Amino acid sequence: MTIALEIKNLHASIGEQPILKGINLLIKQGEIHALMGPNGSGKSTLAYTLAGHPAYDPTAGQVIYDGQDLLEMEPDERSRAGLFLAFQYPAAVPGVTLAKFLRQTINSRRQAENPEDSGISIPAFRRLLKEKMDMLGIDHKFAGRYLNEGFSGGEKKRVEILQMATVEPKIAIMDETDSGLDIDALRVVSEGAMRLYREMNMGMLVITHYQRILNYIQPDYIHIMLDGRIVESGGPDLALKLEEEGYDWLREKYGITETA
Amino acid sequence: MTNFTKEAVKQLSAYLNEPEWMLALRLEAFDVYESLPMPTPQLEDWRRTDLRRLKLDDFGPSVNGDAGADATIPDYLGKQLTTDEAGGNMLQVDGVVKALTLSDGLKAQGVIFCDMHTAVAQYPDLVQKHFMTEGVRIDEGKFAALHGAFWRGGTFLYVPKNVKAAAPLHSVLWVENGKTFTHTLVIVEESAEVIFMDEYASANGQQAGIHNGVIELLVRDNASLIYAGLQDFGANMWQFNHERGRVGRDGKLDWVTSMMGTRLTKAFQTMELDRPGAWGRMSGIFFTNGRQHLDLDTQQNHNAEDTTSDLLYKGALKDKSRTVWQGMIKALPGSQRIDGFQANRNLMLDKTARADSIPGLEIEADDVRCTHASAIGKLDPEELFYLMSRGIPRKTAVEMSVQGFFDPLMRRIPFEGVRERIFGRIVEKLG
Ligand SMILES: Nc1ncnc2c1ncn2[C@@H]1O[C@H](COP(=O)(O)OP(=O)(O)OP(=O)(O)O)[C@@H](O)[C@H]1O
Ligand SMILES: [Mg+2]
Repeated sequence: MTIALEIKNLHASIGEQPILKGINLLIKQGEIHALMGPNGSGKSTLAYTLAGHPAYDPTAGQVIYDGQDLLEMEPDERSRAGLFLAFQYPAAVPGVTLAKFLRQTINSRRQAENPEDSGISIPAFRRLLKEKMDMLGIDHKFAGRYLNEGFSGGEKKRVEILQMATVEPKIAIMDETDSGLDIDALRVVSEGAMRLYREMNMGMLVITHYQRILNYIQPDYIHIMLDGRIVESGGPDLALKLEEEGYDWLREKYGITETA
Repeated sequence: MTNFTKEAVKQLSAYLNEPEWMLALRLEAFDVYESLPMPTPQLEDWRRTDLRRLKLDDFGPSVNGDAGADATIPDYLGKQLTTDEAGGNMLQVDGVVKALTLSDGLKAQGVIFCDMHTAVAQYPDLVQKHFMTEGVRIDEGKFAALHGAFWRGGTFLYVPKNVKAAAPLHSVLWVENGKTFTHTLVIVEESAEVIFMDEYASANGQQAGIHNGVIELLVRDNASLIYAGLQDFGANMWQFNHERGRVGRDGKLDWVTSMMGTRLTKAFQTMELDRPGAWGRMSGIFFTNGRQHLDLDTQQNHNAEDTTSDLLYKGALKDKSRTVWQGMIKALPGSQRIDGFQANRNLMLDKTARADSIPGLEIEADDVRCTHASAIGKLDPEELFYLMSRGIPRKTAVEMSVQGFFDPLMRRIPFEGVRERIFGRIVEKLG
């Protein structure tokens, strides 16, 4: 059975400030969508609102995930239901090692199914971790480091995708995973994401500024966000047009003056 | 019930069959005890800890420890719940030895590991020379004197010159009768090395109880001691401790303190860096909840040039609990090129809790580097959201975050099994 994430007329504010002004988007499992748009247009706000960050207040509209009202769910429930967000700026969690954290993400899923579950065995977890780390070209010594503490920009992005590979989501949002990655890492990480896409029939929303990642993760649809709205949707050629022409033609078309 | 009287001192000493010199020490201590008034908040050291509710006479000394005869010690303590190999294990109940093992390897090395009373009887020269002479002195305060007069139980650990102890040692001191006066004396002779974990615990009793302990850690030239003192008493206990470590030339003392229990704790912990090249690190881990009151006085005394001290005390506070950390770095005149650091970080889990953090420097040398830091923080909502966004429920996310707060210090505790147990206690106290 395929799952869908359906966003209907979603408005969201940060504090008193309205940022999202009526987003409509339907993402089904197995589909790849790209979301582009100038700095400050609200892409990350959409991602955070979907993930349930407490500072982002959905003021109107609806989000249906797998037939459920997503906005009513706690962030952890959303994750366990199969929604994943790879953060643009992942937080550091000092004192909690990457290994301990990943193990808990697995165990929390198992224990939500069965409260008696004693969790994944250490050897099984080690095998799994090694396999996923190798797939993404992550040095094993990261397992013992505190999560994201002192990680370089690119290392954080790889580790986001490692988390994605560990929890195997049904729908994943990747918020500028490409920024900060070097050219080789971008390929390795994109291939890792594509493998999950194939194995899990994952649905993806890839937020990016650049065409490059879309050479590896080829989108079926491209959406352009401007000032809290998706103003244009189209096929892969839309990204190429942006690459060449920038956003001015859209701003003109929709009468929006540059803010950022 | 026996009270804290001179007669009781004699009774205790006679019951323990002690030599003349120990009785003399006890009696001298008793005189000091009687001559000193009960500390009041008028004293600078006691400004933040009020003892008005303390009824010392309700306790009295622990003479025969019989209450412990058929005590049920929690399984985890009996088994010591550790996968790491300890070369020596001792279990005491109310100061009476219930179990003691020491590996052949350590015995062959000449390591002495036994309860304090056995040490008095079997190694009188060693004990007489070092017992409350250069570590903690009987005249340091009312409770040091009380301890000197009525001490009962505790651990003696002696590592001879040049011996690198083949395995760590582990003591568990369980309290059943609600009054315990343990004495820990560790002597690490020149160029010797050892790891010792010293645990204190009791169940949550109904009646008020007392722990009046002394810890003396003597680290000679070029010697090394890793000492972890872990306290997990019931919330019925009052605790008054005097603890001192001394470090000789190029010696190392790595001193970890974990405090989870008691109703009220007042502890004086002092590190003396006596000779050039001495290094000392003090790590504190504490978690208070309910109406617990924890007052820690630390001192890092740089008594010689080229000495290094590093203190980090971390506390998490819940409910209406209160903690006080008052730290002092002292440098004697002539203690040049010293490096002293102290930091206290508190994690406030409830608005109703209160943490006082009072760093201090008394530096009489000029070529020194001494710094201090204190910080009060709350759980980071971004961190919690990040954990939750990966499917971890809020309660677990909070637990992980609090554990993470302590983790860098926790890693300094020698046994994995014990670390896990303390983490478990923290989770339990988080509720
Ligand atoms: N905590 C906040 N308080 C106030 N305004 C905020 C806050 N966070 C974000 N904003 C504003 O919301 C708007 C949208 O930000 P958002 O991060 O969603 O943009 P974005 O499209 O992801 O940009 P970028 O491409 O630079 O990542 C911006 O104008 C930003 O300044
Ligand atoms: Mg963004």
